[in-house]
Amino acid sequence: MAFKLKEEALKPERLTGGHRMCAGCGAPVVVRAVLRALKAEDQAVICSATGCLEVSTFMYPYTAWNDSFIHSAFENAGATISGAEAAYKAMKKKGKLPADQTIKFIAFGGDGGTYDIGLQSLSGAMERGHDMVYVCYDNGAYMNTGIQRSSATPRFADTTTSPAGSSVPGKQQQRKDLTAIMAAHHLPYVAQTAPLGSKHGGFKDLHEKAEKAIYTEGACFLNVLAPCPRGWRYDTPKLLEMTDIAVDTCVWPLYEIVDGKLTLSYIPKEKKPVEEYLKAQGRFRHVFKKGNEWMIEEIQKEVDRTWEDLLNRNETK
Amino acid sequence: MKKINWDLNNISWKDITPGGIVEVPGSASDTITGEWRSDKPIWDKDKCKQCLICFPVCPDSSINVSEGKMVGIDYDHCKGCGICANQCPFGAIEMVREG
Repeated sequence: MAFKLKEEALKPERLTGGHRMCAGCGAPVVVRAVLRALKAEDQAVICSATGCLEVSTFMYPYTAWNDSFIHSAFENAGATISGAEAAYKAMKKKGKLPADQTIKFIAFGGDGGTYDIGLQSLSGAMERGHDMVYVCYDNGAYMNTGIQRSSATPRFADTTTSPAGSSVPGKQQQRKDLTAIMAAHHLPYVAQTAPLGSKHGGFKDLHEKAEKAIYTEGACFLNVLAPCPRGWRYDTPKLLEMTDIAVDTCVWPLYEIVDGKLTLSYIPKEKKPVEEYLKAQGRFRHVFKKGNEWMIEEIQKEVDRTWEDLLNRNETK
Repeated sequence: MKKINWDLNNISWKDITPGGIVEVPGSASDTITGEWRSDKPIWDKDKCKQCLICFPVCPDSSINVSEGKMVGIDYDHCKGCGICANQCPFGAIEMVREG
């Protein structure tokens, strides 16, 4: 279905204001966009792995969610939501739930709860093929506990556990390609997306991918870039400038994999140099110091390599 | 809508719900996060072209939309991040220093 913002705005809001996420946080923007893809008449059971989103939207006795929400641990959002889905299926089969009622099962996790700590339960849930969606909002570090590096943190980023100094250049390892790991589970739908500024179609890409993920039967996965002004060190109004430049430099490629077939959703007319992405963020400030030019070269090389790889695999040319 | 009537300064274990169940959906809206704000977005109705670009970009669900039209800003929950003003193509939202 085509994305019409005016029509989407008529739907009831599923995440209320009054949650305690920081001003300018990318995560609630992602959550609102994903939940907007639900049909107004459908209900959702939502679960979240430990992270900023969970502790800030669900502070007992308050919840920012208008749908059912299960507060889960760091390790097991995948297991929790898949268990709820299995129970729903069984109850429906026994006639204990109305046949005409549709409930969708959605889990949210940050990169810490998804790439690192929740990976085994996520992998299990995906492999078993529950009818669910797992949404990772990737801000590239453990922002909630004070910006510690995760396996999603890009190479050379400055975090509190990978501090850039005279002997260590920030995070020393490449980030993990989780979207590829999820695709290797042979899922019906896997996509990488982001909320974007209007020159990139705004929320069209995210909305349409969320809609496909929610309404494709089986286990689906979305990896969504969700900038964090605190951890990335940029001014809060620039949220969508961050995602815009991330897709224009191909640092965060937009693509979807449907039954194993990869389609790039956006190919920039002119791929911008990675410096433009790096210079916007304080966590990469040190790579512009004299003598650190090799870091930018290394980052560019890795971006080029993964982008070339995606172009070669792109089946819609 | 049901409200949570807890005096958080005077609460005992007997008030805690079994299993830590939260019974009121969307109850976080009772919290006035607008107090966090240092910059305030001011909406200029005349410059606004009703494109609704400000609506999905708000992390705090604080762009009030009624019948498909932007009608104002929810200052009880807006934290003043300025994303709406940054994204508005018509300069219809301006950030002003508040506190």
